[in-house]
Amino acid sequence: MAEEQVIVGLEVHCQLDTKSKLFCGCSTDYRNDAPNTHVCPVCLGLPGAMPVLNKRSIEYAMRVAKALNCSVLPESEFSRKNYFYPDLDKAYQITQYDKPLAEGGYLEIEGDEGGEKRIRITRIHVEEDPGRLVHMGTAERGKYSLVDYNRSGIPLIEIVSEPDMRSPKEARKFLNKLRATLEYLSVFDSEKEGSLRVDANISIKGSERVEVKNISSYKGVEKALLFEITRQKSLLRRGQKVDRETRHYLEARGVTQSSRSKEQEHDYRYFPEPDLRPLHVQSWVDGIVLPELPDARRERFIAQYACSLNHARTLTGELRLANFFEKVVAADPKGLIPLADTWIADTLIGELNYRNMSVDAVDAAGFSELLTLLKQCIITDKSGIEMLRINLDHLMKGEPIEKWDDLIEKHGFKKIIHTITLSSEYAIKNPVHDAIIEVINEHPTAVEDFRKGKKGAFNFLIGQLMKKTRGCADPAELNRLLTEELTKKEA
Amino acid sequence: MATEQEVRHIAELADVGINTEELATFTHQFNAILDYFDILDRVSGDTAVTRDRYNVMREDEIEPSLPQEEVLRNAAAQEDGFIKAPRVM
Amino acid sequence: MAGHEITFEPDDRYNAFLTTCRKAPHGQGKLAGIAVAVKDNISTKGIETTCASKILKGYIPPYDAHVVELLRQSGAAIVGKTNMDEFGMGTTTENSAFGPTLNPYDTGRVPGGSSGGSAAAIAGGMVRMALGTDTGGSIRCPAAFCGIVGLKPTYGRVSRFGLIAYANSLEQIGPMGKTVTDVSTLMGVIAGHDRRDSTSHTKPYTHTPRAGIKGLKIGIPQEYFGAGVDPQVAAVVNKAIGRLGELGATTVPCSIPSMEYALAAYYVTCTCEASSNLARFDGVRYGPAADTKKSWHEAFRDVRRAGFGTEVRRRIMLGTYALSSGYYGKYYAKAQIARENVKKDFARIFSEVDVIAGPTMPTIAFQLGEKSDPLSMYLSDILTVPVNLAGIPAISVPCGKAAGMPVGLQIMGRPWEDERVIDVAYTYEQAVT
Repeated sequence: MAEEQVIVGLEVHCQLDTKSKLFCGCSTDYRNDAPNTHVCPVCLGLPGAMPVLNKRSIEYAMRVAKALNCSVLPESEFSRKNYFYPDLDKAYQITQYDKPLAEGGYLEIEGDEGGEKRIRITRIHVEEDPGRLVHMGTAERGKYSLVDYNRSGIPLIEIVSEPDMRSPKEARKFLNKLRATLEYLSVFDSEKEGSLRVDANISIKGSERVEVKNISSYKGVEKALLFEITRQKSLLRRGQKVDRETRHYLEARGVTQSSRSKEQEHDYRYFPEPDLRPLHVQSWVDGIVLPELPDARRERFIAQYACSLNHARTLTGELRLANFFEKVVAADPKGLIPLADTWIADTLIGELNYRNMSVDAVDAAGFSELLTLLKQCIITDKSGIEMLRINLDHLMKGEPIEKWDDLIEKHGFKKIIHTITLSSEYAIKNPVHDAIIEVINEHPTAVEDFRKGKKGAFNFLIGQLMKKTRGCADPAELNRLLTEELTKKEA
Repeated sequence: MATEQEVRHIAELADVGINTEELATFTHQFNAILDYFDILDRVSGDTAVTRDRYNVMREDEIEPSLPQEEVLRNAAAQEDGFIKAPRVM
Repeated sequence: MAGHEITFEPDDRYNAFLTTCRKAPHGQGKLAGIAVAVKDNISTKGIETTCASKILKGYIPPYDAHVVELLRQSGAAIVGKTNMDEFGMGTTTENSAFGPTLNPYDTGRVPGGSSGGSAAAIAGGMVRMALGTDTGGSIRCPAAFCGIVGLKPTYGRVSRFGLIAYANSLEQIGPMGKTVTDVSTLMGVIAGHDRRDSTSHTKPYTHTPRAGIKGLKIGIPQEYFGAGVDPQVAAVVNKAIGRLGELGATTVPCSIPSMEYALAAYYVTCTCEASSNLARFDGVRYGPAADTKKSWHEAFRDVRRAGFGTEVRRRIMLGTYALSSGYYGKYYAKAQIARENVKKDFARIFSEVDVIAGPTMPTIAFQLGEKSDPLSMYLSDILTVPVNLAGIPAISVPCGKAAGMPVGLQIMGRPWEDERVIDVAYTYEQAVT
């Protein structure tokens, strides 16, 4: 059976990082504050209040349009999208309908088949966020909703793609690239909770299209798509039809669920917002100077820092990470780059993800010091990881971090270097040599097995040796010395 | 012209409600007005509407918000600073 | 605030006021200590603002409309909120949820609408000045019916911030007063740019009325003296125009062909905008409580059915219908083209004349309860709506009586020539007083 072609399009809503809201002066920094404390007559939709457009939100949206190679329309305007919902206090959302800010662009991603793939952008427009609902109560005692209008009026940019993606993986890549681009443009902060929401359109070629709404995490997008594709494919396999409908993604259960039919009867009755005036901003495009974007930075990392393509992709895939990398290597570019490359792209990212921490929590100078200690072979990689973990745990708990030197002292992390050519005085005090002798004496059976050529005997002995030296010795050295000692005995 | 069924549907869409007693009279008056609106079919002209101004915008500056008590003052029901609303399905 | 106040205890036999401020504070300034009434669709901080609707009963705005801030700054004493047709929808103030206002000239008749309360308050001698709003004639009509002066400013001249919206692209707050001078003084206080209203222009009003219309060219549109206009009213207005001729003006006959569909264009536009503007009234953030034990859709519907009067519900439904899927092109889009045609007609006429004159209303004030059919009520707006469609300034000034009731002379001017319109009215008023 021919592989059914999957067709995916995304509608991405991102909160623009302006200081004040889209149509009023309320501060956008609402996340840690009590409900309904970032509200004024305008964003509360009080009768008589009127919107006034935030210029910076248009500037930001135009940066995005330029970065995504879109054409800004000569005239664009705002329209009212009319519907009833408790979180929509005017019972209409001010958005852009038939005259959006920009149309027709593209974003390049790494295609599933390798190589660059262009995902086309249909349109970009600006609109306001509604408030936030919290569902309360129980079926027995009565359900009700609580509304917080702090979020009402936050500026959103909506980026709509053509259905050019062919897999959940491509969708995830598109989203990651888009997110990174918006951060590089300084118009968006992905670490703010709820700052990005996605609606996905999925179909199997030849069948109806299903819309999955309100996916609010990056991981959620791939999961939702995987579930939905599986659902659709299994329907088709059983000879059933896929209904054209709107579904909601339920994050907790990882499934999509059909929305009530009421949703589908929405007639939004769009008309131009009479309290606002149209925009003639096409001429602003020339004046926009784009910063270095992810692709360009990736190329520069490869050229300037000799990063591998994969590492460069990872490092430049997030603005904070790329900035962190460059700060870390700035102190000693030649010496630290090779280490920084792996230690940030592989090790640090892993440890941060595990702890759900942002790279912002890590001090670049402190990290440079750690890398310097590694470079100078004062500690081993294993010790380095342990020391990093100790301090990350401190940061996570809000405790003060410990100095690297103190940690080395405290836990005896100093790497022990052994050379046979040292003076006898040193040779006597050599703990590595002692450790080797101890291990050989403690495990005669294993030594016997080694002599007999049994596989695994050597690894067992090395393991015991690593335990004894608590990772303070260089593994390569231990290997060499143990081998020497064992073969010496033989002779 | 709009049937009583359609008028009921419009009342639903607008969430204004319509009583069965008023439906017949309402529909009759509604249609008389819609009939009158048909005169617009004869209007011809350029669809482009002239606007007096463009690019009316404000700087991205923070201004004081209302105190929470003011936001909640006119709300019939509130809980812990939130405004209480009927449940959504 | 200097801590002064006036006592306001009027004998409101006309039901002009919905709220009175018995002790009204005031400050220093151009209007120091002068009692001004404010129509109840204009937000006043701390004072109940209902738009004469049950759905806003008890609503206390936490902010002042821009014009109210200006009134306070000028030292005026805001003595009360006046009655109106619910949400501005009506021509008689009979659509108020709190009882109609009566015409001081004949309490069996309507005062006109929707700013009937403000007009009656002035005509009844309770205040000299009041703010009204005009979407399709709602200042000029009651001014004509009650024998006072009322100006609808050029669209964008007075801030709408704080005006509870009925039809955003059509309405303006405007001054009403006993005399043209009162109206001009009040206009000087309220006109000017407000950065909170994206449709407001920078055009302050600093004019003092001046008599003198020698050489003025006045257009007389044939449509203003056609079949729908009461012959007695037409006669009174013609006499007034004759007086203007004696004072030095020349009259020029003209025609506004687009008047044929102006009323339809007006009612489509205002009902569409209103259907959207009034959708926010759901009993959650203000107004009578929504029943949180019901589901939201049910709860919203019940609040709105109980809170809105019949005419309001009718207009919301008309607007919803006209904007609904498939109908936008037939109604709203066509109405905007019609508007452009009206603007062009006026522009053409104003290239030949300086002002246009005619009756404000086609009849004198109706009897209470006389007009029960909505369409026939809408038709009485025919002479006032073209002005709102075009956004031009227009004033109604008393010019005599027909069958014992006041008749209004309407003077219309070019955009931004509110001063000239005031001057023509002033010249007439001075000549006949």
